[in-house]
Parts: sequence; structure tokens; C-alpha cells
Amino acid sequence: MLGEVSRRQFLKGAGASVAGSAMGALGFMGVEEAVAASIRPFKLANTTETRNTCPYCSVGCGIIMYSESSKADGKRKIMHIEGDVDHPTNRGTLCPKGAALLDFVNAPTRTKYPMHRAPGAKEFKRVSWEFALDRIAQLMKEDRDRNFVAKNKDGVTVNRWTTTGFLAASATTNETAFATYKVVRSAGMLVFDNQARV
Amino acid sequence: MTNSWTDIKNTDLVLIMGGNAAEAHPCGFKWVTEAKANRGAKLIVVDPRFTRSASVADFYAPIRQGTDIAFLLGVINYCLQNGKIQKDYVANYTNASLVVKEGYSYKDGLFSGYDESKRDYDRSTWDYEIGPDGYAVTDTTLQHPRCVFNLLKEHVAQYTPEFVERICGTPKDKFLTVAKMVSETSAPDKVMTSMYALGWTQHSKGSQNIRGMAMLQLLLGNMGLAGGGMNALRGHSNIQGLTDVGLMSNLLPGYLTLPSEKETSLAPYMQTRLFKPLRPDQTSFWQNYKKFFVSFQKAMYGPAATAENDWAFDYLPKLDVTYDVLRAFDLMDQGKMTGYFCQGFNPLLSFPDRGKVTRALSKLKWLVTMDPLETETSRFWENHGKYNEVDSASIQTEVFQLPSTCFAEDEGSLTNSSRWLQWHWPGADAPGEAKSDVWIMAQLWKRLKTAYQKDGGAFPDPIVNLVWNYKNPDDPQPDEIAREVNGYVLADVPDPTDSSKMLLQKGKQVPAFAALRDDGTTACGCWIYSGSFTEAGNMMARRDNKDPGDMGAYLNWAFAWPANRRVLYNRASANLEGQPWDPSRKLIAWDGSKWAGNDIPDIAPTAKPGTVMPFIMNQEGVGKLWVRAGMRDGPFPVHYEPFESPINNPVNPKIKGNPVARVFKEDLARMAENGSKEFPYAATSYRLTEHFHYWTKHVQVNAVLQPEFFVEISEQLAAEKGIKPGGWVKVSSKRGQVEAKAVVTKRIKPLTCDGKTVHVVGIPIHWGFMGAAKKGFGPNSLTPFVGDANIETPEFKAFLVNVEPIPGPVA
Repeated sequence: MLGEVSRRQFLKGAGASVAGSAMGALGFMGVEEAVAASIRPFKLANTTETRNTCPYCSVGCGIIMYSESSKADGKRKIMHIEGDVDHPTNRGTLCPKGAALLDFVNAPTRTKYPMHRAPGAKEFKRVSWEFALDRIAQLMKEDRDRNFVAKNKDGVTVNRWTTTGFLAASATTNETAFATYKVVRSAGMLVFDNQARV
Repeated sequence: MTNSWTDIKNTDLVLIMGGNAAEAHPCGFKWVTEAKANRGAKLIVVDPRFTRSASVADFYAPIRQGTDIAFLLGVINYCLQNGKIQKDYVANYTNASLVVKEGYSYKDGLFSGYDESKRDYDRSTWDYEIGPDGYAVTDTTLQHPRCVFNLLKEHVAQYTPEFVERICGTPKDKFLTVAKMVSETSAPDKVMTSMYALGWTQHSKGSQNIRGMAMLQLLLGNMGLAGGGMNALRGHSNIQGLTDVGLMSNLLPGYLTLPSEKETSLAPYMQTRLFKPLRPDQTSFWQNYKKFFVSFQKAMYGPAATAENDWAFDYLPKLDVTYDVLRAFDLMDQGKMTGYFCQGFNPLLSFPDRGKVTRALSKLKWLVTMDPLETETSRFWENHGKYNEVDSASIQTEVFQLPSTCFAEDEGSLTNSSRWLQWHWPGADAPGEAKSDVWIMAQLWKRLKTAYQKDGGAFPDPIVNLVWNYKNPDDPQPDEIAREVNGYVLADVPDPTDSSKMLLQKGKQVPAFAALRDDGTTACGCWIYSGSFTEAGNMMARRDNKDPGDMGAYLNWAFAWPANRRVLYNRASANLEGQPWDPSRKLIAWDGSKWAGNDIPDIAPTAKPGTVMPFIMNQEGVGKLWVRAGMRDGPFPVHYEPFESPINNPVNPKIKGNPVARVFKEDLARMAENGSKEFPYAATSYRLTEHFHYWTKHVQVNAVLQPEFFVEISEQLAAEKGIKPGGWVKVSSKRGQVEAKAVVTKRIKPLTCDGKTVHVVGIPIHWGFMGAAKKGFGPNSLTPFVGDANIETPEFKAFLVNVEPIPGPVA
């Protein structure tokens, strides 16, 4: 069980070449290179640590994410997540949800491209951001211009728009929330809510 | 939370009722374990199910879902009958001594002023008697028959242990054990904490459930103390923040409110908000309302908001009604809505009466989802067999699914239930072409602005004048927005006491909300977050985890609103003279000239003890056992049955549900009658520890841990219906049906209520038709379309179903 020997040696702090040499001395000819190649470098050694907060419940546990650049596309990708031992609330611990966060970040069902479903269609079609944003803004303006109520029946200025609504997300940041608030409210929208009421 | 997760270690008694922290908030629950291990604290759990929180409790009492008010008023009655209240606290720090004016009455579940046709109260008889000095009349001897204390005594007298058992199904001896344990914390040096969550909010009288406990905590003298308080565990990582920043139909940031259409200009708007104190010397904090409001309008509209145009008052949309989500989906179902955005929200699974939700979404012209995951909502039009039985071709809704970043790729702050604003940093790039929500919002606004500038249209002013001073307007950065939220100075303000000095300097961040002004010289996105990003930097990013007083305060960790205060109302942790009720758990104390201690004082630092009272947000200056007009359904809570109940209300059998809750006519017809033979079982919904809402079914590990939808029933019900453990059942309500495997447990036991056996059915919430877990259903296929009378949170926790065994699917 060559693999096991070399892994144990590695964990003791011995370098790959030491393990290889030792085995080479025992008569395993040419094995040195093979062993060195079989030992993976310590996974976290070349990663960047970033502090973040678990996005699930509102205990707000501290987490540390380990990321590295993907060889395929150069994008930074998370390869490990653990509890932050410095965090006063969770002190490094995580629950069954937080402990599995890596699979959330890298879930196959993450959305990756803007998609569009035409009325009556049976499937989504991929579209460009330009198409989606232009079309949505156009639909918003059409509806707002048609249904905006400047004055109520008593002639009081009410400046409201109630035929388009917005559900905001209580897992987004406060900064996202404020940017969202500015855009939604300045348009006069009243149909506006988040998970707090549900 | 009035307190914090880490503060729970200071408690003597934890009462978990309306929540299940061990499973839903496991890492926060560790502080309960800490209190048990290190202080000898006790844990009580009151719940329809013997949950994992219950499994480590010192005492567990069962209760029928939807009857918490009867239980809590029963405990209050027990405490009053047995003299188990914190007398000095009640006399000085609550409105027990205030006198209610003549004309108030209560009979058979209804208060004076009820109008059945409007399903509403005229609340004028619930006010205080106002004396010639303009203040509320008090009787500090508590002898006046109409003082709040005596009205409360009278009101709760009905809720005897026998009556509690009849309504709640909690055996009398178990109720009395809980009542006795709770009542012992009336000692000045004993403290109880209340931990609750959606088990209390998701009812047609959810707000009054919480009030019931808040009243009890005031009577026991547990509000404002270390290890005490009312602690809403909260469900999402930033549900506190989204509420604080005001992303709700009727809110402005920081719990300011939008004008109604009756408030036609700034003057009448301010008239109803600039609360005057009801007792001499009281602070009545909302007297600063205009400073917060004007600063908010300046943050939104900058130079376009001027004193001459009432600070752009007309830019604010005026409410005729509140457009909560139930109303929104009802309007949608009536064909009265055109478009809808779902940002990180999955209403197809999270709003009640899924049949109605699908119908409503199908009537939209367009729907936009912004989410890091493929949600059921964004595919509501897609046929997934019995899991989403729709005819795609007939659904004419145009749908956009916009991919957004998740936490790992995003920077910014989240406010946890301890009110801590914690900053986080991105560690990964977004997958594919996913973009941040801020970028998406900026892009939409830019297009709207350009179109309105070019083509004109309906009232372009607020859109084109919106402040958007970001380095890259296409992609505002989180720290830029955080600075805006904190607030900044728009013009130099000279020091009135020394003209050679500046009070505020143009371009600087404001240090705290106390610096905000109503003359247009300051801008502030959300006043309660002032102090979070000052000239000293980003306070939310602080990571000093030292706790010198060992009180779990962590004052230099992140930023807690308001003003970095960790325990709200902490002035009440000291007696009238300003000394802690329990010196071993000191939060703040009066040192002869100022307040100081282990927390930021929740009172002016130099306010002498005995003048300004601890509850500075209230006009009374004290905690409210009685509410004059703040609650639609009564100055005190009353037990009302859920809208679908296995029994008639023992308080008054003629009242169905909460008599002032809004019910749309079509929805009432879709509810079972009380004691229904067709739907005889009392169902409730809940979370599992392995899952988070509808997200973790996308996560491989969690999908393996809990792969499949199930319902939980008692051994007795299983035997009665011939259901085998792991066998298939159909669960149906007046609105829909689901199929599930049956988990037959000892964790649920039948209760006896009003002489009748009541079987409880538990339905977890986590399945849908997208993700890694097996396809399944959720309780929202079954639940009624009705919400809390005050805030419209849907009644997810108590409804009627039938359960029948069915043959399993063919493999």
C-alpha cells in the first residue's frame, strides 16, 4: 500500500523526496518519482482565506472560505469552507447546513446566464444581459406610464404605482437592500415586501 | 432580539415557545447549553412536538398550535394571583399605574368599539385619561379600578389552569410546573429569556402572541436585563436588515413610515409622528422624527429635496392600503397586476394556498426573478407532473431569470438577530455571467432614467433626481452604499456655542444619528445604522472579540444598532436609583454623574435616575402592558382560535379566527369550518435541522441527509388510520393535497382540547421540484390565505387537514 505509506509520511511532515528515497533504499527502483507525483500538495496551502458570514439563518455565524484560481477559466473558486474560530457567536462551529455550504456555492443548479421564457413557451432560452435588461426596463416603463396614479379620486397627489411589485430578498446585504430601496421607491412602487412578513 | 445570542449565557431560565432553536438555530442554541452548564440555568420548551430543543429541556409541556395566548395569559394570571411579579419594576417601569379613560370595556372576546361590518375597532375608548396638565393620569398605589394593572388582572382572570388545559390541551399539572418556574424569575436577581420564532409569528394573531410574552417579561422585570428580553430568533441571515432598511410596503428605512393618502403634505404627516410625551420629563425619542426623515429624503433626492418643496414630500408614494404579499397576490389573481420581481424569493413555495399563487403568477404579463439558484417560482410555468401540474402553453407570462451572485461572491453587511451588522468579503468570482443584485438594480435604474429623460412619461422627477453619486454609476460598490446609509454632511454647520468651530463639516461622515438635522445639512439612508461607517472607518468590519466585562457584549465586534448598543432598554437593568438589580450581571449603572458599564447606555448618559424612564421610544417612557392604539386587535391579547380550528373558541364560540384579521371573500370560502369532519386534524409546518427553506435541496450533502418529503404523525393516529411507518399518505385540506411518506413518531401525541381528542400533523417545508433532493411538496399547497391582523404574516402554523393512507408510487 504505497499510497498509504507515503500519505502517513507526508502528514508527519516528511517531504515527498524523503519518503521516496527511503523506499528507494529498500529496493523500490524508480519509485521515487512515482511517489512524489502521487502525493498531492496540501490542498489549503495555496488558497486564499476570506472571512464571510453564513447566509442561512440569522445567528450570523462567522465562516472562513478558502479559494484558489481555477486552471480552467482563471476564476477564483471556493474549495473549502469552515467555521471561524475567532467569531464570538459560533466560535468555529457550524451546523449541518453551514458545514455543507461548499455544495451550495458550487451547486449544479446555480443560475449562470440570463434566461428568457416567451409567453406560452415550454422552455427557457438563454439571452444576453443587454436583451434582458432593455426588455425589462421597457416593460416597467410601459406599465408605469399606463398605470401610475398621480392623483386619487379626491384630487390628492398620491404618486403611486401599484401594478408592478417587488419582493426583496432577506439574504442580500444591507447595501443591496438600500440600492434596491432607492430604485424601487423612487419609481413609486408600493407593492414591496421581503421575507420579514412571511 | 432585544438582547443577543451571546447574552443568553447570562440567563437563569430559557423559555422556548414558538420556536425550535436547537434545530433551526443550532449554533445560537449553544448559548443555551452554555447557560445550563455554567450558570445552572433551566430550559423549558412548550411546543406541539417534542422537538430536539425539548429533548434537552429540563421541562417540556405540550400545547396545541395556535393557543399560545391562552397559555401566556394563564401564566400572567398565575403570577398576579400569587404575587409573583417584580413589584418595583412594574410600578416604575411599566404603565401599570396609568388610568384608562371611562368607556372601555371587554366582554366575551371583544373590546369596546368593535364594528363587525368593518371587522375593525374604533380604538378611541382604549386611550388613557388625560389630566389637566396634558399628561396621562396615574395612580401609583395601583388602587384605581381603571388603572392598567387592575384592568389586566380582570382581563386575565378567565385564564385559570383549567381553562388553559381546556384550550391548549396542556395538562394542568404541566402548565402549573411551567407557570411556577417562570414566576420565580420575578425575583429582582433572577432572569428569564424568551426565545421565539415563526411558531409565534405565523398566526392570524401572531403579533399578540409576542405581546403576551412581552407583557409577562415586563411583569417579571426581565426586559432590559442581561440574560432577559424578547428574543426573536429570526429566519434569514439578513431578515433583520431588510426590515431595518424598510423594504416593506409601508416603511421608510429605520422604521419611519410612508404617508397615507390622508396625509396630504409634510405638516399633517409630521403631526401624527412627532409624538409628545405622555408623562412629565420623558424623552419620547420620536420627537427627532423629522431629523431622520429629512436626512433620508436628502439621501434619496439630494438638491431636489428642499425646504420649499417639503423635502420632496410628493416624491413619496402615498398609501391607500398596505400592499403586503397576500394583498399583492390577491390583486394578481384578480388580474390587476402587470409585472413582478422576485429577488432571492420563492413565493411559489413560500406563500400560502399554492393553487392561488400559481393562478396569480399565470395572470402576470411578466415576471423577473433574480436569484443565485434555480427557483420553482422562475419555472412556475413548467410542467413537472404532479409536482407542478400546469399547462405551459396556456400561461402567457413572459419570464426573465436573472443569475445573481451568492454570499461567497458578494461583499457587504448582514444584520443578524443580535442586531449586529457584520461585514463580509468576497472569496470567489461569480459563475458564468452571474452579476450582483446591486449591478442589476443599477442597470435597470439607468435604463429607466435614460428613457424618462429622453421620452418623458409619468412623473419622472423622483427617478431622474435620485442621488447616484457612485464612482462607477454602472456598478456601485458596497462601501460607497454603506457610507450613504450611515449618513454624511452636506454643508458646514457652525457650532452654536463657538462660532470659530464647526459642529459638522461638509463631506464628512456623520458620527451618529444624534448629529442628524432637519434643515437639509445632513443626508442619511437609515438613521438606526448611523455610526456604522464613520470617519473612523467601517465599524461593521471590526473584529476585536475581547469581552472585558465577560457579559457577552463584544462591543468592538462589528456594529450593533442603535449606537452600538447590545442590550435594548438596558436602563431597566438598574433600579430607580441607577444600581443594577443584580450586581453580578451589571450592564450599566449610575456613577453619580453619568451612566456607564459594560454596554452603551440606552438613555442619555447624563439623565439622572428617577427622571427619564427606561423605555425612551414610548411616549409613556415606560413599558406598555396596555397599548392605546398600536394594535388593531386589542389593548390586551385575547385567545382566538386559528381560522381553521378543530374546536370552537371556548372564549366565545361565535368568533371565527381573529375578529379583525383581513380575509378576502374568496379565501373564506376556501376554509374549513371549525371542528370539520372532512378535515379533522390540526396541522402545523416546521423546519428540519438539515435544511434551510428551499435552498439546501440544491445542496448535495443536505439532499442526502434529508432526501425526501414526509409528514409526521403520532402512533395513535397511525393506528387509527391504518398507516404504517414509512407508508404513503395523502394529506388534504380545503385548498389542495399532497402525497408524502408517513413518519410515525412518539414526538407528537394526541391532545385533549375542549373535551375532544385533537391529532396534530407535522409538515416540514423543504421540498419542491428543483435541486438535488427528490421532488416533493410543501405545506403551502394546503395552508389558508389569511394573515396576522396587524402585519399580515400568513397563518402557516395552524390549519386543518385530513390524512389517508394511499398505495405508494410504482417503483
